[in-house]
Amino acid sequence: MSTTTQSQFFQQLKKYYTFYTGGFIAFVIVLAILEQMGLPARWVGYIFLAATISLYAGIGIMSRTADVSEYYVAGRRVPALFNGMATGADWMSAASFIGMAGTLYLAGFDGLAFVMGWTGGYVLVALFLAPYLRKFGQFTIPDFLGTRYGGNLPRTIGVIAAIICSFTYVVAQIYGVGIITARLTGLEFQIGVFVGLAGILVCSFLGGMRAVTWTQVAQYIILIIAYMIPVVWLSVVHTGNPVPQVAYGQVLQQVTQLENEFNDPNTAKGAAEASARAAFQAQQASFDTRIAALDEAVAAGNGDAFLEAQRVEADSPADFPATVDALKASWKKSADGAKAKTGPVSAHATAFAGKGAEKKLLNDNPDASAAEIAAAQAEDQQASNIKRRNFIALVLCLMVGTASLPHILMRYYTTPSVREARKSVFWSLLFIFLLYFTAPALAVLVKFEVYNNLVGLPFASLPAWVANWQAVDATLMKIVDINLDGIVQLAEITIGGDLIVLATPEIAGLPYVISGMVAAGGLAAALSTADGLLLTIANALSHDVYYKMIDPKASTIRRLAISRSLLLLVAIFAAYTASLKPGDILFLVGAAFSLAASAFFPALVLGVFWKRANYLGAVVGMLAGLGVCMYYMVITYPFFGGVPANEWFAIKPIAAGVFGMPIGFIGVIIGSLLSRAPSLEIQQLVDHVRYPSLVNDIETRAT
Amino acid sequence: MELSERHQEYWRKNLRLTAVLLAIWFVATFVVIFFAPQLNDIVIMGFPFAFYMGAQGSLIIYVLIIWFYARRMNQLDNEYGVQEGEEQ
Repeated sequence: MSTTTQSQFFQQLKKYYTFYTGGFIAFVIVLAILEQMGLPARWVGYIFLAATISLYAGIGIMSRTADVSEYYVAGRRVPALFNGMATGADWMSAASFIGMAGTLYLAGFDGLAFVMGWTGGYVLVALFLAPYLRKFGQFTIPDFLGTRYGGNLPRTIGVIAAIICSFTYVVAQIYGVGIITARLTGLEFQIGVFVGLAGILVCSFLGGMRAVTWTQVAQYIILIIAYMIPVVWLSVVHTGNPVPQVAYGQVLQQVTQLENEFNDPNTAKGAAEASARAAFQAQQASFDTRIAALDEAVAAGNGDAFLEAQRVEADSPADFPATVDALKASWKKSADGAKAKTGPVSAHATAFAGKGAEKKLLNDNPDASAAEIAAAQAEDQQASNIKRRNFIALVLCLMVGTASLPHILMRYYTTPSVREARKSVFWSLLFIFLLYFTAPALAVLVKFEVYNNLVGLPFASLPAWVANWQAVDATLMKIVDINLDGIVQLAEITIGGDLIVLATPEIAGLPYVISGMVAAGGLAAALSTADGLLLTIANALSHDVYYKMIDPKASTIRRLAISRSLLLLVAIFAAYTASLKPGDILFLVGAAFSLAASAFFPALVLGVFWKRANYLGAVVGMLAGLGVCMYYMVITYPFFGGVPANEWFAIKPIAAGVFGMPIGFIGVIIGSLLSRAPSLEIQQLVDHVRYPSLVNDIETRAT
Repeated sequence: MELSERHQEYWRKNLRLTAVLLAIWFVATFVVIFFAPQLNDIVIMGFPFAFYMGAQGSLIIYVLIIWFYARRMNQLDNEYGVQEGEEQ
């Protein structure tokens, strides 16, 4: 293909991928027909899994390469449009595809921090990084740090930070792959992890960045089709309008109206909700009493006898907790679960709602004095301010983190020119935007379905999807008739966030083949992100550590062999970690953004925009930023033994980057000013990256 | 690799454009969030305004910022003669 010009190459790609998209749609239609003819749902799942993974493998095998530049940066000829799609797939993980709409369903306005944060970051990529990194034109992000600041230390810190952020993130993706494979086929989770791993490896192992790029384009096409079809259908069903992003404004109004009704005990619905809440309150009180009795027995030294007595009375003594501590934990969990159901419905579109202290006061004591009311109002205002502060901090961390994650920045090395790199950021965000501005619509449409069609139904006639998902996983869907009136109340429904996207096809009454397609879309999202991350880690180790620091004379064959072996090792280690099902995986993903923002952003941006920035500045800034960010997480997050009481300004540990990042900037500035200005060559390098082309320009491109 | 006055001007224009677009980004993100409870009182086509911005409006602004930056910078490259040659 090296004889074709760039525009011929672009035309070819367009032809291939148009054909491919048509093929995918035809494949889904054929499966739908087969399903109508009686193909069991389980087989639909198997066929989807096998077909998509072998497709990715096929692209991987066709794109195999022994050329270093092809392996690391896809030969630097990926057109802007296709690099945009690949970045979209690289970017959107299992969390975006499956989790985002669920988060919005559960959190309402406050969940929009993720929508804004994960899109607005591309503005920073476009304005501060992508064109300059492209002009610099080497292989990895530590490459830039190493060349700009000189010496091995900035490069080494870059490698370590890249590995910390990418590894936690890749474990979460492989975990997602395991869950989806298990759902799609009924295989065990651990087997699912390794099936998914095979899918990731065939692709990146043979062809490196080149194979990953062309697979990611294919994966983007699948994931966006899979996301859109059920939402559009649901929108047509509820509003008659096939553009859900426009139509859900009216639906949102209806949802708000229903929320008000649920919270007003003078309406029929509100009265039913109040009775359900009262029942949960009673349940909570009963568990609290039992816990108190248990504590008393333990204090008196006969905890085990108490446990035995309880076991005898239990409905199923075999499943009863084995120790006093386990029993207490289980009761505590039940009490907390019941407590969560006692509050009023929170309004979907309301920003930073207070905790309702004023409402509660007036409810409990209608004759409260003016001073009491003022105190309650102040309490509400403070709760609202803390929410707003955390929202702002989280959005900032997610945005700056987006502009610092090496697997995303690396993608802009692959375009043919600076021009194309700039355009490519536009395409990237446009393709990401398509999914992100649909997620809030999906959340509202499902909420309307639940509020309007599910609440108020008799328990005898629940729709099939409720029973199905209740059987699959009780943490995703659970309905209990707590007040025994035989009718579903909102407070009686427990929905897990991941249900929203996975169950939408069934809620909308679509056949199983669409459910299979949605699962395949989730798989594509997780696999594509995992591919990009694994490559980042393996490249940091093989290129930055081995080639640049240990053996700069290594032959091409040896470099690629090392890179491939490391890829395999890292992948197996990540899969092994994922198969242990580590807890708090979502926190770790969020933490990766804060860490990347603190470690990379100041040194990268000042490296381009401030000529005076030098070696000492970069070392101090990166270490200080990363250090402060990690320190804050350790002192505030329970997983690391911290306590929330240590929080500064009540900022949650997930947004630790809001402290690390400014410290990073200050560190770069102070460190630079304390030592000599960088050499003339380095200043020339800065000019070199600032201008797309100069007369007598120096050359930094790696081949 | 001497930088001429023209080159300096190109870079100054780039910085100015970057600053203006960054200011728009800041308003569309942080000013909107800060005043979200007040802005939500305005309802357009069923959407409370701050909710709409967070779910769609600000995102559209981000896409437009990047589109405009790419277009304007690619023009500036040509105006100041720092554009790249034909791709290899």
